[in-house]
Amino acid sequence: MFNQDIVKPENLVYKRTDVLTDNVMHYCPGCGHGTTHRIIAEVIEEMGIQDKAICVAPVGCSVLAYNYFEVDSLGAAHGRAPALATAIQRLNPDHHVFTYQGDGDLAAIGTAETIHACNRGENIVIIFINNGIYGMTGGQMAPTTLIGMKTATTPYGRNVELNGYPLQITELLAQLPGTYFVTRQSVHTAAAVRKTKKAVRQAFENQKNKKGTSFVEVVSNCNSGWKMPAPKANEWMVENMFAKYPIGDIKVDGELVQK
Amino acid sequence: MAKELKLMKGNEAIAEAAIRSGCDGYFGYPITPQSEVMEHLMAEKPWEKTGMVVLQAESETSSINMVYGGAGVGKKVMTSSSSPGISLMQEGLTYLAGAELPAIVVNVVRGGPGLGTIQPSQADYFQATKGGGHGDYQLFVLAPATVQEMYDFVFLGWEIAFKYRNPVMILSDGAIGQVMEKLYVGDYVPRWTEEELRKNAPWASFGKPADRKHHIITSLELDSAKQEQHNHKLQAKYREMEEKEVRFEAINCDDADYIFVAYGSSARIAEKAMQLGKEKGYKIGILRLITLFPFPKKKIAELSTKVKGMLAVEMSAGQMVEDVRLAAEFRCPVEHFGRYGGIIHTPQEVLEGLEEKIIKRK
Repeated sequence: MFNQDIVKPENLVYKRTDVLTDNVMHYCPGCGHGTTHRIIAEVIEEMGIQDKAICVAPVGCSVLAYNYFEVDSLGAAHGRAPALATAIQRLNPDHHVFTYQGDGDLAAIGTAETIHACNRGENIVIIFINNGIYGMTGGQMAPTTLIGMKTATTPYGRNVELNGYPLQITELLAQLPGTYFVTRQSVHTAAAVRKTKKAVRQAFENQKNKKGTSFVEVVSNCNSGWKMPAPKANEWMVENMFAKYPIGDIKVDGELVQK
Repeated sequence: MAKELKLMKGNEAIAEAAIRSGCDGYFGYPITPQSEVMEHLMAEKPWEKTGMVVLQAESETSSINMVYGGAGVGKKVMTSSSSPGISLMQEGLTYLAGAELPAIVVNVVRGGPGLGTIQPSQADYFQATKGGGHGDYQLFVLAPATVQEMYDFVFLGWEIAFKYRNPVMILSDGAIGQVMEKLYVGDYVPRWTEEELRKNAPWASFGKPADRKHHIITSLELDSAKQEQHNHKLQAKYREMEEKEVRFEAINCDDADYIFVAYGSSARIAEKAMQLGKEKGYKIGILRLITLFPFPKKKIAELSTKVKGMLAVEMSAGQMVEDVRLAAEFRCPVEHFGRYGGIIHTPQEVLEGLEEKIIKRK
């Protein structure tokens, strides 16, 4: 049997979406970025909005996200993605502008841009990858680093006296009247991937209906930064990260979810 | 084009020019002495007239990055601020230059350093013409001396910004921003249609059609060999600006013994000083700079062979004077005169400066 005998439409069970490019991703094996990229790209394809989608990439591990999305893109300065997205969306109200940001970008250096874009209720989608560490720069403390967690700049573990508390920015943003949909998901299991995809779809649908800001946090691992094999990193994430950053919807249709 | 006479502040003229030049978006943050720019825009509600977006951002950092976003999708976008706010924008300016994005940034300069004062100054010359942010880059810098030029340079700014894909700074000062003068305004230039945008900014990230690959707007290139190539390209662009875009006004320079080199408010004060000097029998000319980058090196070199000396008149401790000296290459004495920290020199002081530093020079 030859390759051409196998590659036939009737044999097709999985095809990479055309909204992803052919470029080989630079992410570490086992990292959640690649899966999250694919989810976003599939949603863009399924909604038929590739010509109206504009990606604003951050600084951090996903600084090169624009190399992987086959949509028009801009690379922002560190933390400024929501400011770019604000202007682009206001200048093109029928487009689908989304930012893709990590915890350092969104919740440390870009806190002001994040809060004010959400507070104005900008009609943008924000995808927030929270792995509790600065991956790109070599594993330093992030605003979301857990107490006691060892990083390159907290070699003895995050200490409240020295470093303050982990920032639950997603809960904070949910309090703002401008946010319409705020959810926290993960991509460590097939079931979690399906839920995240549903959430991302919901976010882009809200945008289509001009509902205001939709915010999807994806709690992810960083096996390199956490210095663990990928399966162990996922276990550690479920045990520790989910305790501080519980999975589920926080605000739906503009209303806080009652717990 | 029909012309209409108006009486306006320089800051209001910037806003009026934005609306009438087909600007797509203004993003700003209040700071004295330029807040009238956004106030005028908000009062005029251009979104009802032309569809122009006007937004008050949460900081200058944010407003310059909004400009970066708008410019990246091919829109005509601008911001304005004053010195401390412009310092905050330096990050955005170097990214705009690195990603080769067209935009207009207006600096209505006030005295510094730090929070300084709210009175006029020209002490941001270095910041405007020598970078300000990190990396090898140049802004195209226009220096208006009248309310009319505040208006006109917005139109000129779009031309330059899109021709060279480079940010343009209109370097004004608190005096030109606040003074009310008459100015002529023209008809409304319509904003670009989507088709015009695609023709005028084909490189932009306005949404990927099916028939091409995606566009990426970025200043990042991790491959140093490619980054060096990119820098070569930027430098070639800056040299082209120096070749083609130098603008100045030479007043009475042909038979002058002495030259005032000045821009903006100082050029107007120098003009009065020139008249006072004439009464004393001095033959003084003025080289009024309109572009600060590109700098009129050739004109200054030419004048330096003919005159007895030049006085750089600027409301700073001596910044532009360095460029004048470099261009004059010691062929004639070049000195600086200026009050600063928010103090405006008088014509009499400027003339005395000339007498003391050049004419009676031992």
